[in-house]
Amino acid sequence: MAKRTPLYDEHVAMNAKMVDFAGWDMPIHYGSQIEEHHQVRNDAGMFDVSHMTVVDLEGARVTDFLRTLLANDVARLKDEGKALYSCMLNPEGGVIDDLIVYYMRPGWYRMVVNSSTREKDIAWIMQQSSGFDVQVLERPELAMIAVQGPKAVEKVKAVLPEATDALDQLGVFFATEYEDYFIGRTGYTGEDGFEIVLPEAKAASFWRSLSDAGVAPIGLGARDTLRLEAGMNLYGNDMDEDTSPLEAGLSWTVALEPADRHFIGREPLEALKADKPANKLVGLVLQGKGVLRDHQKIIVPGVGEGEITSGSFSPTLAKAIAFARVPVGTETSCQVEMRGKQVPAYVVRAPFVRNGKSCLPESIQ
Amino acid sequence: MSEIPVELKYTKSHEWVRHEDDGSVVVGITAHAQDLLGDMVYVEVPEPETKASAEEAVAVVESVKAASDVYCPVNGEITEGNEALADAPELVNNDPFGEGWIMRIKPDDVSELEQLMDADSYAAMIAEEAH
Repeated sequence: MAKRTPLYDEHVAMNAKMVDFAGWDMPIHYGSQIEEHHQVRNDAGMFDVSHMTVVDLEGARVTDFLRTLLANDVARLKDEGKALYSCMLNPEGGVIDDLIVYYMRPGWYRMVVNSSTREKDIAWIMQQSSGFDVQVLERPELAMIAVQGPKAVEKVKAVLPEATDALDQLGVFFATEYEDYFIGRTGYTGEDGFEIVLPEAKAASFWRSLSDAGVAPIGLGARDTLRLEAGMNLYGNDMDEDTSPLEAGLSWTVALEPADRHFIGREPLEALKADKPANKLVGLVLQGKGVLRDHQKIIVPGVGEGEITSGSFSPTLAKAIAFARVPVGTETSCQVEMRGKQVPAYVVRAPFVRNGKSCLPESIQ
Repeated sequence: MSEIPVELKYTKSHEWVRHEDDGSVVVGITAHAQDLLGDMVYVEVPEPETKASAEEAVAVVESVKAASDVYCPVNGEITEGNEALADAPELVNNDPFGEGWIMRIKPDDVSELEQLMDADSYAAMIAEEAH
């Protein structure tokens, strides 16, 4: 039987349509995926992300360990509470998972990794940690709720009034602890807001308080279109163990400086960089009507072929958008093979939408 | 359970068919079908004066989640596509048996409608599919 989060009964009570997601029974929508999308862009929405995996890493040498384990460099985290997005690579330079790591205080980092990769992630982290004397502690007893949107901060403060000062001081991409809540100013939507980790026993009452404060529940369907508009990769779609971050639009997350930091996957990345990667990840905007879909073939006349890694419809732009892996020589347009026809698309730089506003060049608005 | 109007006929591929007084038939997708697909974002309706045979794919409904063909329920000529869906594909979600109709067909032989399912048979089919 599929696993249930502590909010399962809340979803059912809110008329969610439940689907299997990586072995979890999760809400895909609560009526209309598109209305939920707009709710997050215009107001505030909440997501049950309790299926995601929280891992605490503790020990005197935990910084050294994470500087080996991760492609991004946790030594960049000078301030307590600061978060970093990183890939965890295999020795071949492919992506085992992408994650967020929070530096909480000397000797303690908290990581949030994907649920679909939980088992292999934990096994890999445990295996690599031997020799660093690091405690790897999974925290399945914690729930996680993301509250996102232009009114998210105001509405969370209404629910946790005593935390107002702490939340006001919380910078973007920082986390803080308030009683037994762990509150990060992070998210997966391109909007302001929080990701809140809390004891599972408190999850349902917190969820209901947010609902009473006017925060609407948002399903996984809208979560996907929101992250796509925001230009954020999805593990398993846009990168995987056979994909280099350099060919997945994630070069910015790979810290090759300082040159003497050895991290897992470094050598193949350096070699690929020296040889120049063959492919790159770009954004696409379909010209005309239709919807871009995962795995549609891309044709770049005179250059080569590629494939859509994440395709959908952007409710904010009212156009079909996608990420596609294409030859590096691809410039401003391409053809997409859709249902037996070739349809032109613009090649753009992600994100498509940030803080509720279109990022597209004026010529293709 | 989604609404299944008793006066309509149904296909295995989840179209509904309404026989009009003028002899034409109007076709759409059922409430159950739109519920499975989710929010519609694009509907491609057929051009008028298109000859089509039964079970031929003649229209496409695309939701955020998936694209799905719409099949012609009988042999005949498509006389009209619902142009309103170009700007308002959500009509298929909000009013699948009314404003969300997809096309009008002049059947070659009205008696072909008798081979389609009635509401009870369609209800039994979707109950079966749920298992």
